[in-house]
Amino acid sequence: MDIHIPTPLRAYTGSKQTVNVTGATVGQVLQQLTDSYPELRQHLYTPEGKLRSFVNIYLNDDDIRYLPGKESTPIEESDELTIIPSIAGGRYF
Amino acid sequence: MLKLSYLEYRALRAHGEETYPHECCGALLGHATPDGNHVSQTVRAGNTRSDRAHDRYNIAPEELIKIQRHARGLGLDIVGFYHSHPDCPAQWSKTDFDEAHWVGCSYIITRVNHGKSDVTNSFLLTGMGEDDKQFIDEAVEIEMAPSQTEKAQAKG
Ligand SMILES: [Zn+2]
Repeated sequence: MDIHIPTPLRAYTGSKQTVNVTGATVGQVLQQLTDSYPELRQHLYTPEGKLRSFVNIYLNDDDIRYLPGKESTPIEESDELTIIPSIAGGRYF
Repeated sequence: MLKLSYLEYRALRAHGEETYPHECCGALLGHATPDGNHVSQTVRAGNTRSDRAHDRYNIAPEELIKIQRHARGLGLDIVGFYHSHPDCPAQWSKTDFDEAHWVGCSYIITRVNHGKSDVTNSFLLTGMGEDDKQFIDEAVEIEMAPSQTEKAQAKG
């Protein structure tokens, strides 16, 4: 399946905007991704191994945080994972 | 340096006037080049912070994913974002900095003064990640497209 990498994280995937990985679950493909590109890990996860709060990972159009099966959700080759950091701000503190 | 056409520059400033006194937001699509981000297209996005739209903005990740798909279809990348500061300087705030995570991307801010866009600045987010990220001032080059009259004259 394809994992789409956002512009700021391509520095850690050898400039690749899409990485193709195989695996049976969301957790497995993410594991494979960070095994192939170890520098990516610290940008996606906290030292405790939790997905960073500002990093969103979507399986097709669904946030993996809210999938009933979370990271054990099964995937098919035609599915897509998209990593997308958040965009927010404001004029005052 | 950030390069942007006059049309897109005008479009993002107009967006801030339309949403005034609320903050507007959107994405910049184009290419990252060795001398900076070149914007080919701006895309408007909705501000999900309806609770505090006068001083906060947020783009829904679902919308960002659609924007990224759209960019990919055009052979473009997300190279930055823009938002407005209603009656506040065109400078990044602490919130803007804390919430900025797209290293290598340009963050454009326009001050909308009493409903009229005046100052527009761009800041490049640099660094390796959250620990050493930094906003640096970035020059904006507005590329003027030839007007219809000029095009007609060029044809002779
Ligand atoms: Zn701001």
